[in-house]
Amino acid sequence: MSERILSSSAALAEALQEEMRRDETIFILGEDLVSHAGIFGQFKGIPEQFPERIIDTPISETCIAGCGVGAALTGMRPFVDFHFSDFITCGMDEICNQAAKVRYMSGGQVKLPLVVWCPDGGGLRAAAQHSQSLEAWFVHMPGLKVVMPSEPRDVKGLIKAAIRDDNPVMFFQHKKLFAKEGPVPEDDYIIALGQAAVKRQGSDVSLLCYGSGYYLCLEAVEVLKQKQIDAEVVDLRTLKPLDMDTVAASIRKTHRAVTVHEACVTGGFGAELAARIQDELFDELDAPVKRVGAKNVPIPFSPTLEDFVLPSVDDVVEAVRSVTYR
Amino acid sequence: MPDDKKTLMELYRKMVTVRQFETMAGEYFAAGKIPGFIHLSIGQEASSVGVCSCLQPDDYVITTHRGHGHMIAKGADLKRMTAELFGKQTGYCKGKGGSMHIADFSIGILGANGVVAAGLPIISGAGLSIKLRKTDQVAVCFFGDGGANRGPVHEAMNMASIWKLPIIFVVENNQWASTTPVSYSCSVKDLYRRAAGYNMPGQKVDGNDIMAVRKATTQAVARARAGEGPTFIENKTYRIKGHFEGDPQKYRTPEEVKKWQEQKDPIERFSRLLFKKKYLSRKLADQIQAEVAAELKAAVAFAQDSPLPEPEEALTDVYVES
Ligand SMILES: Cc1ncc(C[n+]2csc(CCOP(=O)(O)OP(=O)(O)O)c2C)c(N)n1
Repeated sequence: MSERILSSSAALAEALQEEMRRDETIFILGEDLVSHAGIFGQFKGIPEQFPERIIDTPISETCIAGCGVGAALTGMRPFVDFHFSDFITCGMDEICNQAAKVRYMSGGQVKLPLVVWCPDGGGLRAAAQHSQSLEAWFVHMPGLKVVMPSEPRDVKGLIKAAIRDDNPVMFFQHKKLFAKEGPVPEDDYIIALGQAAVKRQGSDVSLLCYGSGYYLCLEAVEVLKQKQIDAEVVDLRTLKPLDMDTVAASIRKTHRAVTVHEACVTGGFGAELAARIQDELFDELDAPVKRVGAKNVPIPFSPTLEDFVLPSVDDVVEAVRSVTYR
Repeated sequence: MPDDKKTLMELYRKMVTVRQFETMAGEYFAAGKIPGFIHLSIGQEASSVGVCSCLQPDDYVITTHRGHGHMIAKGADLKRMTAELFGKQTGYCKGKGGSMHIADFSIGILGANGVVAAGLPIISGAGLSIKLRKTDQVAVCFFGDGGANRGPVHEAMNMASIWKLPIIFVVENNQWASTTPVSYSCSVKDLYRRAAGYNMPGQKVDGNDIMAVRKATTQAVARARAGEGPTFIENKTYRIKGHFEGDPQKYRTPEEVKKWQEQKDPIERFSRLLFKKKYLSRKLADQIQAEVAAELKAAVAFAQDSPLPEPEEALTDVYVES
C-alpha cells in the first residue's frame, strides 16, 4: 500500500472529501468553518467542492448539537464541529440526554448517525476554558461512542468509520496534533471503531495510551530503552467500544500496565482501564496499574503552571520505573 | 452624570489608556512575550469607557474574552493586568487566568469569560442578589453580536424582565463575530429590537460616540436603580483588529477596516468635541498621551521584572481551604 506524508488536518480534510463524495447525506455544521476552512484548516478544499454542505452557524452550540440530532433522525449524516471541546458543555443536553438516548428510549426505532467533532487538549497557553480533555465524561454515557486518534493515518481511517457508523460518535482530536505529520495510505481504507493498535512491541510493560498520550509514550520509550526497559505501546484509538482483547494480550505478555492520557487523573479513562484490568487480568499482574495524567486542577494559563499540570515524558518514565521496580 | 471639564478629560484619558494598553498588548504578543492568544478592543473604547463611567465603584460588570477595555474602564490596575497577560505571579490571577480571564472582584468585575455569552446567566444572579439584598447597585453585562445568538441570552433577558432586575445588557455590536458578519448571523439588523420580545426598553446607540453611550447608559442605570428593571443597549461599533492577534482576516477587506478607522475612530471623535469646547489642545493631547505611555511603560517594567509563578502554585486556589 503506497503512502504519503500528511498532517492530521490534511488527513481529516481528505477523509471528509472522500466520504462527502460517496454519500450526499453527509454535511458539516459549525461556527466559522467556511472563511478559513476551519480554524485548524481541517476542512481545506471542502467549501469549494461542497459549498452547500459546509454550513456556518451563529454562535449557538445548543442548536448546533440539536441540529445534529434532528438532521440525523431525518435521513442526514451530520458532522458537527464543536470548535473547541470546551464548548461541548453548551450542547450537553442535546448530546447526553437526546442523541445518546433517542434510540434506546424509542425501543430501537431509529438510527442516529451523528459525529460530534471536538478539538481538545492543552499546551497552547489557552487557560482553563480552552484546554480541556473531556473524553471520560462521554465514555460514562451509554449510547455514545468515543474515538480519540493520535496519528494522521488513524485520523483518516477512524473518521471514516465514525461517519459511517449509525450511532452518535464523539470524536476528539488534540489541537497540538493537527499540524503533526505522518504516513497516510493512498487508497480508501477504514479503521473500524473498537480496534486498538500495538504500535511498538515490547516485553516489560504495556503503555496504554491514546491521543496526545501516544506521543508522550513514544518519547518515553526512548528514555526507557536507555534504562534497558522494553515498553510496549498500545494506542487504544477508540475508548468506547474498548478493544479489551488487545489490551489483555499485551498485559499477558508484559504483566505490567501504565495508562497515559492528558485528562486529569481523577475519574479519567485510566481509572476505567485500571478497573477492567484488575477485574479481568488480576492473576496476570506483577504490579499495580499506574495512571499518568494531568494533575487534578483546571488548566492554568502561565507556561510554568501549565507545564507542571500537564503530564510529561518524565511522568511516564517514573510510572514505568515504579511498576517495573527499577 | 456630570459633563464638566474634569469628567470629560478623565474620560478622554481613560480612552487613551485603553487604546495604548491594547496597542502595547498587541506589540508584546507579536514579540512572543505574551503567551496564548489575546483579543483586543481597539476602536471600541467609547463603549467600554462610556458605559463604565456611569457606574459606581460597587456596581457590577461582567466582561468577555475582549475585556481589557472594560477592566481598565472600571478602574483596574494596569500593572497587575499587564503582569497577568505576561503570565506572572504578580498578575491579577497569579498567572492562572491570562488575558481571557483577567478579573478584579474588588472593583466589581465578576469575571471575564472564555465562553461566549456565559456572562448573561451570571449577571442574572448578580441582579437577583442585588434585589434580595435591597441595595441600589446595578449590574452590567457586556457581550458581543455573536454572543447575542446564544440560548442563555434568551433565558437571562426574560428572567431579568419578569423580576425587574437591575441589569443593563450591553451588546457591543462590532459587526463581526470571529469570521462571521452580523448581517449573516443575526435575524435582525438592529439587535436592540430584540428587547421588545422581553418587554424591556432597547436603545440603539452610536457606540463610537462616547457622549451618546453615556446618555443611554445614564438612563438605563437610573431605571435600574429605581427598581424599574433591565435595559438592552446596543452599541454599534467596529472591531478594528483581527478577532485574535494573528487572525489572517480573510473574511473582510482592509478598506472596510480603514473606513471605520478613518471616519469613526471614537477617540478622534471625542477629541474633536473636546477641542471645540476648548478643553483640549494639541499640546495637552500630546501631554496626556505621554503621561499614559509612561504609566504603561511602568506597568510593562513591573510585569517583566515580576517572577513567573512557581510550578507548585498550580495546585492552589482550586478550593477554599478551611
Ligand atoms: C460558547 C462559545 N462558542 C464559541 C466560542 C469561540 N469564540 C470565541 S470569541 C467568538 C466570536 C465572538 O463574537 P462576538 O460575541 O461578536 O464578540 P467579539 O469577538 O466580536 O467581541 C467565538 C466564536 C467561544 N469562546 N465560546
